[in-house]
Amino acid sequence: MLAAVLPALAGFHTGALSSSGIVANAASSGRALAHASAWVVFFTGAVFILAGAFGVILLRNPVHCALMLVVTLFGVAIEFIDQAADFLAAVQIIVYAGAIVILFLFVIMFLGVDRVDRRATMGSEPTKLQRPLAILLGVVTLVEILVLSRVQHWSTGYAGTASQPGGFAGSLTGPGENIQKLGQSIYTRYLLPFEMTAALLVIAVVAAVVLSRHQDSVAGEMSRSEQESMVDE
Amino acid sequence: MNVPGAWYLVLAAILFGLGATGLLVRRNVLVMFMCVELMLNAVNLTFVTFGRLENDLGGQVSVFFVLVVAAAEVVVGLAIIVAMFRRRAAATADDIDSLKG
Repeated sequence: MLAAVLPALAGFHTGALSSSGIVANAASSGRALAHASAWVVFFTGAVFILAGAFGVILLRNPVHCALMLVVTLFGVAIEFIDQAADFLAAVQIIVYAGAIVILFLFVIMFLGVDRVDRRATMGSEPTKLQRPLAILLGVVTLVEILVLSRVQHWSTGYAGTASQPGGFAGSLTGPGENIQKLGQSIYTRYLLPFEMTAALLVIAVVAAVVLSRHQDSVAGEMSRSEQESMVDE
Repeated sequence: MNVPGAWYLVLAAILFGLGATGLLVRRNVLVMFMCVELMLNAVNLTFVTFGRLENDLGGQVSVFFVLVVAAAEVVVGLAIIVAMFRRRAAATADDIDSLKG
């Protein structure tokens, strides 16, 4: 698979593509080749996303789950690039795969839960039929979304940009780089939400510090009083 | 030239379904958190796809804000998990049953 994907991504090499036989009839012109390469990029990202998602759900070790989450995030970044969201793809890699997953791994190893959850494998279920019902509910959710999308069109509640060119936030295909347009939109129209996210981040950091420090001091005092009581006895 | 948007939306729906299933199936609180991240990413993919279909930058702006809120959510959630672990060594969601009536 990878041997067939790589020349389509990098080369636009007609001979290599037609000899690989996957898109032999589509490689006649450059436009068809670009079309085929778009499909190849999409399916590569889809394979990454689905493999990572199944890994997160199925693997026992939380560390392996976190690493499979990186695979899914990387696949989503590929789909972002495929849809002209360059800045978001970079942020996806840097913030999600770089910071959030590292935070997950740090907490996993800090708490020492990076071993197989023995109780889950022993089958001591507090509620019977929970897992089959959960899988059934997930399948029902997926089928519901897909059926609704077939019965009606994908409903956005959005009037479309035909009456209002460029929408509220600005057009996607205008001149300029993606990051430039995104920054202009955020710093002009969405300035107030942007400031609110700054406040939200500060509140989150303070909350994290308070949550961990307060528990720590309470636990320390309790252990100290317990030690004193044990010494008195 | 591009892949039709419906393919991306179906992919995002599948990813959302997988995340929801994992959230319901898994016992480990940290893995449940990761499944929430999967669902957030599915919605992000939907935002970007709709933004491309409607030729509107608002989809990408929304994803930007979702990223910020997800980061804040992960920070607070992991702090809560750490505090929970310090109080009692509870690795699974079933151990947190102090509030049962």
